[in-house]
Amino acid sequence: MSEHIVSLKIYFVIFLALLVGTILTAWVAFFDFSGPINAILALTIACIKATLVVLYFMHLRYSTRLTWIVLGSALFWLAILFALTFSDYSTRHWFSAL
Amino acid sequence: MAESYVEEHEVTHHRALQHHFENMEQQREAGALGMWVFLVTEIMFFGGMFLAYTLYRRAYPQAFAAASNHLDIWLGATNTVILICSSFTMALTVYCTQVGKRQLQILFLILTMVFGATFLGIKAVEYHDKYRDNLIPGRLIPGRPFNPAVQQHGEPQDPHKLHLPEGASVRQVELFYWIYFAMTGMHAVHMIIGLGIMAFLLYFSIRGRYGPEYHNPIEVSGLYWHFVDIVWIFLFPLLYLLGRHMEGHG
Repeated sequence: MSEHIVSLKIYFVIFLALLVGTILTAWVAFFDFSGPINAILALTIACIKATLVVLYFMHLRYSTRLTWIVLGSALFWLAILFALTFSDYSTRHWFSAL
Repeated sequence: MAESYVEEHEVTHHRALQHHFENMEQQREAGALGMWVFLVTEIMFFGGMFLAYTLYRRAYPQAFAAASNHLDIWLGATNTVILICSSFTMALTVYCTQVGKRQLQILFLILTMVFGATFLGIKAVEYHDKYRDNLIPGRLIPGRPFNPAVQQHGEPQDPHKLHLPEGASVRQVELFYWIYFAMTGMHAVHMIIGLGIMAFLLYFSIRGRYGPEYHNPIEVSGLYWHFVDIVWIFLFPLLYLLGRHMEGHG
């Protein structure tokens, strides 16, 4: 597999998308949506921006499967870190009577 | 590029090819994979801090929103745009190297460094604002412990004073600033290391070491630089924006 060169056009489109995402996330932050929607919106936009950077600026889309597995394992272990910690913190009050 | 090939062991290969690799392609992929593995450790490293942030934000939502609103959203947003620009110019550096445009490669590398340095300059301004308002947590600065002036009820609005909502304490706000300085500080350290790497790349770019056939160091440093950008993409909304919608009715 020879090296894939990402075209200038794609770089420009991704760059513009990242700028739009930044403006969007700053703009929606001032609206008061009920409950956790503000946080969900902010994180969704951040995740989309990060995905664009990883896929195109970091060339993951054109990289070997092994690279995908390496990044996937990192995200998997990050998920374990969050899931186990929150399974602890969010269930502590169950036993507050003890 | 005929002069970059050397005659050795009766095989002709590129000067930059290390002997433990079969060919340039294998060397390039191995190098990129090595950087990805390093970035895995970086994800776990920053992940721990993001976890700490999430837990304490959940525990003290009002205090975290108040402390977050005290940050300068315009400086934060400007820095986000600057960092995205630097990521873009870094991507263009890689592109220009791949297609063999050496002058542009050097130009974009310098631009990336300028954007990176501007980011750090703005960060320094922000840190100084926090220093002025006594918001450096704990006793990190001798003689200036964490001691913000709290906005009292009925007083005229003062941007230097901390607006403390019901149910939030100064200690909880301090916790936010511990996390703020730990995360943005570690991010800034990564930026400074990145600038050092760029200086190294610039020196060898000017000497013409990197071109279409050999550009591992540029590509791999680009991966690192984009990763640092991604960390900021998450830090900006989490630190600067999370309490904005509660500003009016705190």
